[in-house]
Amino acid sequence: MKVLVPVKRVIDYNVKVRVKADGSGVDLANVKMSMNPFDEIAVEEAIRLKEAGKADEVVAVSIGVKQAQETLRTALAMGADRAILVIAADDVHQDIEPLAVAKILAKVVEEEQPGIVLAGKQAIDNDMNATGQMLSALLGWSQGTFASELDIEGDAAKITREVDGGLQTISVKMPTIVTVDLRLNEPRYASLPNIMKAKKKPLDEKTAADYGVDVTPRLEVVKTEEPPARAAGIIVGSVDELVEKLKEAGAV
Amino acid sequence: MFTASMTFDLGEEINALRDMVHRWAQERVKPIATEVDRTNAFPNELWREMGELGLLGITTPEAYGGAGMSYLAHVIAVEEIARASASVSLSYGAHSNLCVNQIKLNGTEEQKRTYLPRLISGEHIGALAMSEAGAGSDVVGMKLRAEKRNGYFTLSGTKFWITNGPDADTLVVYAKTDPDAGAKGITAFIVEKDMKGFSTSPHFDKLGMRGSNTAELIFDDVEVPFENVLGEEGKGVRVLMSGLDYERVVLSGIGTGIMAACLDEVMPYLAERKQFGQPIGNFQLMQGKIADMYTKMNSARAYVYEVARACDRGQVTRQDAAACVLYASEEAMTVAHQAVQAMGGAGFMSETPVSRIFRDAKLMEIGAGTSEIRRMLIGRELMGAMG
Repeated sequence: MKVLVPVKRVIDYNVKVRVKADGSGVDLANVKMSMNPFDEIAVEEAIRLKEAGKADEVVAVSIGVKQAQETLRTALAMGADRAILVIAADDVHQDIEPLAVAKILAKVVEEEQPGIVLAGKQAIDNDMNATGQMLSALLGWSQGTFASELDIEGDAAKITREVDGGLQTISVKMPTIVTVDLRLNEPRYASLPNIMKAKKKPLDEKTAADYGVDVTPRLEVVKTEEPPARAAGIIVGSVDELVEKLKEAGAV
Repeated sequence: MFTASMTFDLGEEINALRDMVHRWAQERVKPIATEVDRTNAFPNELWREMGELGLLGITTPEAYGGAGMSYLAHVIAVEEIARASASVSLSYGAHSNLCVNQIKLNGTEEQKRTYLPRLISGEHIGALAMSEAGAGSDVVGMKLRAEKRNGYFTLSGTKFWITNGPDADTLVVYAKTDPDAGAKGITAFIVEKDMKGFSTSPHFDKLGMRGSNTAELIFDDVEVPFENVLGEEGKGVRVLMSGLDYERVVLSGIGTGIMAACLDEVMPYLAERKQFGQPIGNFQLMQGKIADMYTKMNSARAYVYEVARACDRGQVTRQDAAACVLYASEEAMTVAHQAVQAMGGAGFMSETPVSRIFRDAKLMEIGAGTSEIRRMLIGRELMGAMG
């Protein structure tokens, strides 16, 4: 079985995000970028499937700017076998929306015929949480979102989902699309020998046009704002005063 | 954490290495750095982890289990580990450069096959022993004696201030095979800790770099087989010199890592700590401090990385190797000094990282050659170039 893992290049989770002066989005110029952490978990899970003998090939795919090649090399260094880069934008600030990504992925799936697509549940930049679901709809495949456990047996996958208030276990028919949650696994560190080997692994370069997908944005960003600064706290002198203040604030 | 530094584009491979080492060091080393300092004990479980990540043989060819990468890559690994814990980085540098790289540069095929794979996997810990109580910068003044007797070289005497000394399984040791021949009477040996007559003192208590274990090595008629001579008999100084420039450059990474660690601590503090109703980072005197710290860090990086590139081209000069480590070390001390100052009372507390970093930084001006010796070398080389 082949596993397809879409990975997105996003602003590094350690970076203090700054809104562009014109409010059109987040400033990405000279900012450290990394693989979306949820996608890292998806790559890890795919490699574990291969190590467990349940998959024989792991293919990573990224859709975005040319620099996403670095993100794919990370996936290759972790253990993916080969990679596909779909260049869909020249400007790092141009986001490719979930529907366009899902359409391209659907074409890649058609070509590659994977038995499973393992994706992050969402990307930490726009938090859309949509691509996996849209891909499922476009392909007519089953889906298991927010997976914290995955167990493939024959032509079915048992997926534990993190839902509000607890865990839900579902069984879906293969082929399927699984979007992974934080607790599925802890991604490995890519070792240096594997970083070196990753250079020699195949990385195909395509464009959105190759798949005949129009990536023009359908959504209009009206405004991007910093969250309001936290107001300064006060120091209360006694428990009574604390209770009084809480009452004033309507908290008790 | 301070992430807003300029990016040195060192190529995709080294960028990937930095990302990996950064993440590992921040997740696995930084959380224990205070404890390592307090207990003055090296977390020996890290050796295997570093081995699995391929960090212990960065500059060694793949045939011996290494990663076959550059000195520049090694500098980056040292820097990112030092950013989490300077003492762990020092022990790492002693193992991966002083011991592993010396055997790589000077070992016979058989020595490399015997010793390198286990050192690079982290199964064995490595050290290099040059200094003695009476011979530091004056290497030729060493007294450790190696005499040919019964088909062995018999080593007797002591070594002092040896990093990784208490833990090392494999040690590169310099000894006098011909005390009357001066610099030509020194020979390098590969010594194993299980050899009869070899022992070490308990590790020393230190001002800084605590947890990077340092000890005295005691050689009580240790019989070392002839095949354990590293390089040739009487050519120990050549072996020593072959590695010194690389050692200086690789260890410069501890200095740049210390500076990065200072900004990691100070920047969030200046943004959060409020006085007179505003973050202290708004005050110009504080901004002046961080401006200096940032400038020093990236100037040192630029020089160190460029000298490391010269190492990779085989064009490094003694004066540049000494100058980049001199600069990175002294600026590390200055930046650590300012980091404590910027954090005021909080910075003076034992539990804050900057107080540890401040003590660690001092070793940079002493260990692996003092600032004075480095200046002497640079000056001598420069004047030498004038004929």
